[in-house]
Amino acid sequence: MIRDITLGQYYQTESVIHRLDPRTKLLGTLVYLISLFIFTKPWVFVTAAVFLLLVLVLSRVPLKFMLKGLRPIIFILLFTIIVNMFWIKGTVLVSWWKLSITVEGLKQAGSMGTRLILLILGSNLMTLTTTPTRLTNAMESLMRPLKLIKVPVHEIAMMMSIALRFIPILLEETDRIMKAQLARGADFESGNVFKKAKSLVPVLVPLFISAFRRANDLAMAMEARCYHGGKGRTQYKPLKYKARDFVAYFILVLYVAAVIVIGKFIT
Amino acid sequence: MAKKKIGEKTAPEGRPSSFLQIRKLKYEYIRRDEENNVEGITTAVDDVSFDVKEGEFIAILGHNGSGKSTLAKHINAILFPEEGEVILDGMNTKDEDKLLDIRRTAGMVFQNPDNQIIGQVVDEDVAFGPENMGVPTEEIKQRVEESLKTLGMWEYRNSSPNRLSGGQKQRVSIASVIAMHPKCIIFDEPTAMLDPRGRYEVIRAARALNEVEGITIILITHYMEEVIHADRVLVMDKGKVKMEGTPREIFSRVEELKELRLTVPQVTELAWELKKSGLPIPDGILTREELIKEILKIMKEYIYR
Amino acid sequence: MKLIADHLVYEYNKGTAQARRALDDVSFVLDSGEFVGLIGHTGSGKSTLVQHLNALLKPDSGSIYYEGADIYEKDYDRKALRGKVGLVFQYPEYQLFEETVLAEVSYGPKNMGHDKKEAELAAYAAIKRVGLEDECFDQSPFDLSGGQKRRVAIASVLAMKPEILVLDEPTAGLDPAGRTELLDMIAELKEKEGMTIVLVSHSMDDVAEVADRIIVMDKGKIVFDDIPTEVFKHVSELETMGLAAPEMSYVLRDLKAAGIPVNEGAITLKETKEEILRVLS
Repeated sequence: MIRDITLGQYYQTESVIHRLDPRTKLLGTLVYLISLFIFTKPWVFVTAAVFLLLVLVLSRVPLKFMLKGLRPIIFILLFTIIVNMFWIKGTVLVSWWKLSITVEGLKQAGSMGTRLILLILGSNLMTLTTTPTRLTNAMESLMRPLKLIKVPVHEIAMMMSIALRFIPILLEETDRIMKAQLARGADFESGNVFKKAKSLVPVLVPLFISAFRRANDLAMAMEARCYHGGKGRTQYKPLKYKARDFVAYFILVLYVAAVIVIGKFIT
Repeated sequence: MAKKKIGEKTAPEGRPSSFLQIRKLKYEYIRRDEENNVEGITTAVDDVSFDVKEGEFIAILGHNGSGKSTLAKHINAILFPEEGEVILDGMNTKDEDKLLDIRRTAGMVFQNPDNQIIGQVVDEDVAFGPENMGVPTEEIKQRVEESLKTLGMWEYRNSSPNRLSGGQKQRVSIASVIAMHPKCIIFDEPTAMLDPRGRYEVIRAARALNEVEGITIILITHYMEEVIHADRVLVMDKGKVKMEGTPREIFSRVEELKELRLTVPQVTELAWELKKSGLPIPDGILTREELIKEILKIMKEYIYR
Repeated sequence: MKLIADHLVYEYNKGTAQARRALDDVSFVLDSGEFVGLIGHTGSGKSTLVQHLNALLKPDSGSIYYEGADIYEKDYDRKALRGKVGLVFQYPEYQLFEETVLAEVSYGPKNMGHDKKEAELAAYAAIKRVGLEDECFDQSPFDLSGGQKRRVAIASVLAMKPEILVLDEPTAGLDPAGRTELLDMIAELKEKEGMTIVLVSHSMDDVAEVADRIIVMDKGKIVFDDIPTEVFKHVSELETMGLAAPEMSYVLRDLKAAGIPVNEGAITLKETKEEILRVLS
């Protein structure tokens, strides 16, 4: 499973959403996320949910894959809801011992929970339909104006891309080194925190040495293939907006307009 | 033996100068202790000279630590000579303006398959070199396709390198070098980490590139079986070139090779042992077919006698 | 009888689309004092198998019995087992971490519960056993050559005084002389100290001369388990599995095909030479 990190959780279909320019998807997700925080009104959340569902249907990603993204945040979600439920003062609905649930608290908990769910589902859908490579390309492209203020945009993107390439390799290596030390009688489980931390030294030292060796090898391999920074570099798959991207941006504008109208005028 | 300058002996014929000239190359590693004091100096390459013609297939043999990899990294300007010089296709590696030209003329395939693939997807890795060279997008696409097809990896173009076998990863690395349209490829122990199947895939690719595309090949290895198809073999020890010749000439000198911590292919050794036992078998048998032919010859003589 | 592997089944990525059986009903008995060559190409399941022998992996079904006890029993002391069934991983030099060779090699015996003095004595003997010089003891393992590092790593397992020593591709990346020296050293461990050896390799030539039993794996199953001469008679089957018989068996096969009445079955260079000389005289 570790090996699959390279492709992230990308779900392969040939849908129109998959084929959109990654910049469109990145900006679209950003706008969508912001839209969740401008207004705290149920109808705005409904609009966002409808928008999300529309994209989901177009992407032909099964619903359960999108919902899977909620699993890691269930704890945070429950925590947020419970804290909000009991924290907010107002009209008491139920009271028990020192705790009381208020109408305002329920409302707040409901909106925070919904917001969090919509937020995770939205960004999840983006990573389901876009490979990490394409996302890196999009970020490099969108951050390009920052070059004017001397931000090393190309270098940052290259670093991200190399990290994505090597994370699975290093995870596998960690597994191998841990097993090798277990075979020498290592014990990573018993003892207190301090002892446990100490028992990891025989794993971390070889891991760092290996990471540096790999970095060195990789730098040499890159130089051997004429790498000399971003200057004069061409692109194999340059990003180009197509007609569908303009349609997507148009729909996005409609969505923003709908959110503003609903948020401002419907009570 | 120590001061034999092989390169000067084999002057190129009919050509103004050879494709690759290595002249009195010397390179030292300085070892330092924790306080940064010089602890010792290891001479990795010591007064090495030789020439390579365009289209040649050269193998460099040597045990681990003999200096063969250090030597190789001078050819494409990864390392720079401390003394002497390296001239590749008329360009001196000391000439900084020529750095990128040198590296695109002589590509390099390294030992560890994982540590030389930069792209997260196979085709992106092949495109990396041409992108750095500033090749226009349309041409990069052609080059990626043609290189991957040459190496039989086109169907894996959308795969993650992590899903490939060792031999396949090395073939991607070779395709990535081919995409730069080099005149020469240096293979720095490309098979050391592979299983027999992977080794076969890589060596077959190297031979095909040499024979079909006419690319100059410099193969560094310590697997004897891999060098029998080379035009010329250099044997290195302690930073010096100790032996030079065709595979047949080199493998005739079994005892010398053993002294240099090397062996000969098993068939060659069997032939050598049989000869030592008194059979009239010539030196430098390289393949099974040759050995069997010789044994059949001996059989016939016995029968006629 | 020392170690019994009983119908081992192990699956990677269980329950997903990429599920793959790495071990498919694997059973064998390892007797004490044996030298077993475990052969298979990459992905045949041989590395997965050896990680079961010291309980680093747990099979989905089946079990392993070491001296009569089930090593996957809840209360079984698996740490002690790892001292008795020593496993040397592929490229073991990448697991070195200590400041000196002596400390590195003492790590195993210390984990086995020995005090510092006992551990260092065991380490001392192990370092000598792998043929490293006294001046190495205080050196950093990282300053040694590649071949020496590998020896230190092997010593670090030997220092736990295992009864069975399992080595996964111990000669990978070594030069010819380094290969021969290491294989000779492993053969000595069996001959002089009666250690049981399992040598994992994808090269028949590595194991042909030293092993007295060969287990061939392919696609997670044991295909052959026999004495070397018997196994190497199956040249064509071995080839379809991406393996090759030792070079010498090809020579004899081709000689026979050319009408020279040699007996097949010789594996080593010496045996082959003698066989050819016998026929020709």
